[in-house]
Amino acid sequence: MKISLERDAHGLLVLIDAAGQRHAGVQPVRAFPLSAPGEGVALMSADGHELAWFDALDALDATSRALLDEELSRREFMPRIRSIAGVSSFSTPCDWDIVTDRGATRFTLRSEDDIRRLDGARLLITDSHGIHYEVADMKALDRPSRRILDRFL
Amino acid sequence: MTRATDDRLLPDDLPQAWRSGLAAQLQPGEAVQVWLQTDLDDRLHFATNLLVLTDRRLLACAGEQWRCWPLATGQHFQHHDHAGVGTLALHDSERRLATWRYTLALNTEALRLADQHTRQVERLAHPDHVVEDEDGLCPRCKAPLPPDDDECPLCERSTPRPPSTWALLRLWRFARPYRGRLLAGFLLTLASTAANLVPPYLTIPLMDKVLIPHQTGTPITVEAVWPYLAGLLGAALVAWALGWARTYILARVSERIGADLRTTTFNHLMGQSLEYFGGKRTGDLMARIGAETDRINVFLSLHLLDFATDVLMLFMTAVVLFSINPWLALVTLLPLPVIAWMIHTVRDRLRTGFEKVDRIWGEVTNVLADTIPGIRVVKAFAQEKRESARFAAANRRNLETNDRVNRVWSLFGPTVTLLTEVGLLFVWGFGIWQVGRDHITVGVLTAFIAYISRFYLRLDSMSRIVSVTQKAAAGAKRIFDILDHGSSVPEPARPVHLARVEGRIELRGVAFRYGNRAVLRGVDLDIAPGEFIGLVGHSGSGKSTLVNLINRFYDVSGGSIRIDGTDIRALPVAEYRRHIGLVLQEPFLFFGTIADNIAYGKPEATRAEIIAAARAAHAHEFILRLPHGYDSMVGERGQTLSGGERQRISIARALLIDPRILILDEATSSVDTATEKEIQRALDNLVEGRTTLAIAHRLSTLRKADRLVVLDRGQIVEVGPHDALMAREGHYYRLYMAQQRLAEADAAEGALP
Ligand SMILES: Nc1ncnc2c1ncn2[C@@H]1O[C@H](COP(=O)(O)OP(=O)(O)O)[C@@H](O)[C@H]1O
Ligand SMILES: [Mg+2]
Repeated sequence: MKISLERDAHGLLVLIDAAGQRHAGVQPVRAFPLSAPGEGVALMSADGHELAWFDALDALDATSRALLDEELSRREFMPRIRSIAGVSSFSTPCDWDIVTDRGATRFTLRSEDDIRRLDGARLLITDSHGIHYEVADMKALDRPSRRILDRFL
Repeated sequence: MTRATDDRLLPDDLPQAWRSGLAAQLQPGEAVQVWLQTDLDDRLHFATNLLVLTDRRLLACAGEQWRCWPLATGQHFQHHDHAGVGTLALHDSERRLATWRYTLALNTEALRLADQHTRQVERLAHPDHVVEDEDGLCPRCKAPLPPDDDECPLCERSTPRPPSTWALLRLWRFARPYRGRLLAGFLLTLASTAANLVPPYLTIPLMDKVLIPHQTGTPITVEAVWPYLAGLLGAALVAWALGWARTYILARVSERIGADLRTTTFNHLMGQSLEYFGGKRTGDLMARIGAETDRINVFLSLHLLDFATDVLMLFMTAVVLFSINPWLALVTLLPLPVIAWMIHTVRDRLRTGFEKVDRIWGEVTNVLADTIPGIRVVKAFAQEKRESARFAAANRRNLETNDRVNRVWSLFGPTVTLLTEVGLLFVWGFGIWQVGRDHITVGVLTAFIAYISRFYLRLDSMSRIVSVTQKAAAGAKRIFDILDHGSSVPEPARPVHLARVEGRIELRGVAFRYGNRAVLRGVDLDIAPGEFIGLVGHSGSGKSTLVNLINRFYDVSGGSIRIDGTDIRALPVAEYRRHIGLVLQEPFLFFGTIADNIAYGKPEATRAEIIAAARAAHAHEFILRLPHGYDSMVGERGQTLSGGERQRISIARALLIDPRILILDEATSSVDTATEKEIQRALDNLVEGRTTLAIAHRLSTLRKADRLVVLDRGQIVEVGPHDALMAREGHYYRLYMAQQRLAEADAAEGALP
């Protein structure tokens, strides 16, 4: 029997494993959320042990897959920066007003070291509360945003 | 019911946008207790929603939609956070009713609402049971709040704002102590500049009274010439003497300013918490304190001086020129506005360019600071080539950035020169025309040319300083980045001094997170003076984090830690740490003698004290076996000593300061069993009569502990003496049995032929 997922009344994700045993409160975790989000997803039990591993998500049936995707999208919060409306100052700490794929917001950048360069023109910016913002492609930003960003790189 | 009554029941600080909506929802007499404005919606998009707890209901507004849940027994909030997003989920005994999401900035408020909700539900269940309101307590650390104040003095963290003033001007703070000498230097500059202006002036009479008359037939007499020549010589000598005095004084002053800057920056750095160092690259910090203070120094001692001279010179020359002939002077000043405009356009680009160069220079140093200490790993895995490539790549980026700045810069310098040449051409042309029309004499023109070649030379060098100035400004900015960073383990505003420390430690609801990752949650523990506590748990369960908090290497994110009843955040940091002896798994030895290393925490210790500490740490004998005994040098990382030997030195170090509280973090984990026995004996001396917190991987090491505290994923799961915990057959039992089995397996393997 293949493993499957469902959601219980308390909103917990329940894994029914190959032996038919139910594990409530499992959490999906991507192994490479930044470099290869499509590959390697683990299901962790509530006390932090690995219950299942998927090299790719295709192994699941459609309903389980949908549940998993939903749970992942709830867990993974990494707004993607579309443009930078302004910064309060060019020296840190400073406030950034940004527009992201999840709406407009403002965050505080503590230091330039909190901007991490990923491969290519990708950036990961960590704010003072530990929230990560992604810049998918720095070169694809509009000119004013790029000019602001450039001051911190 | 009228609007006025409604408004009175609403909290004053509730944003205007919600007021009328909420007022319409409230029932007569219903009072708002706590409200929370969340900043995310259920799909994790940024949106402001409202959650309100009244004396009888929970109300929520999302979009325009209001929902409500009457308080009921069994209703409770579940709270958790992940990746910077907090979630409050409302459950009853059957199912989840609703969820709210917010960024961690709102965590305290969210927890306060959940706490208040818990208390109110409890009151519903037990109406006669008195549930204490925590009004007078800080919601975060539960410390009593000062009367009439919502802000807890211990938890209050104002985020420092960057001062926006120009970084170079802020250097004045360091120049202030030397202002007397700076003034003297300035006056000398003024005088020597004036002396420099004399020679061209003397060319006017030399031309008009001596040379030109000679051409028209008047012979040159010595009497006519020598006063001028003497004047030229005198002016040169005076200018030399003044210039020497000025350079000497100002160079000395700037050297001192630079040294002060460096020391201050380093001192400030030493005051930072471990959190700060955790987030910084060593190479970058080294580059800032080393190279950039030096650059500022050079700027102050050489260029600022030149710049000041140049400005003075320009100004004085202009005055002289105008006094001789205003029209000619006007022509001379023609290129000036163009140059000023160029400086203006190029300045910002240069400064940001140089800031970038500095940052990338930091990256180059980072590669060094990474590779050199890790050289054994690099060699072991034969990755020299890869490290070379990494260095080359950093270096190449450095080059590229420099090239970009230089492109701007290389155009700028020659353009200024060209402009001055053109200016000179104009002066010649206009001057000859004026001489031709007999408006001025040849002497005046010669003097003018002599002046303005100086003038333009100055202009040229002044505009060159633009680049140096921007470099120094970039450096100053990076220095002030360090200086402006307040410690995340701040000194208390009103410090409390403990005359004597008993060693009672109380942890109250301690929570801690590294960034957005919660590592400790709700840790409560009372440790009596002199008690020996063993801290056990899986690797990564938060043991080291807990002792780091007790040591105040970090400050708690929630709850409080008290020593003898006083919150440790109210004690001066250094004074507090003097009461704590710390022995780590990886002892660090500084470059110096063994005696220096033992006396590190108490430099004034006598030799006898050092030896006594070493004896107690079972280090005395092996030290004596070293060629220079206590005077043996230990290398940068004490590399000439074995792990166990280094460990015993660090134990002696902790013993010497005779602390009331002792913290051992895996002090014996990195050594073999025989050495462990030796160290264990040393430790037995150490824990005697002190409050001790010991973390040990080998549970057998903790046999003498009064109580064992078992941590699991950031929470205390069991507390008690060994026998009691074994009897419970819980976490500790499993840990112990697992190790026991491992030891037996090892023994069996060893027994095989
Ligand atoms: N400086 C740090 N930054 C981020 N996470 C850390 C840091 N130090 C420790 N952690 C994490 O905190 C958790 C607890 O670590 P620690 O207290 O060192 O565990 P233990 O000492 O019990 O083995 C671990 O999951 C670890 O990864
Ligand atoms: Mg540890």
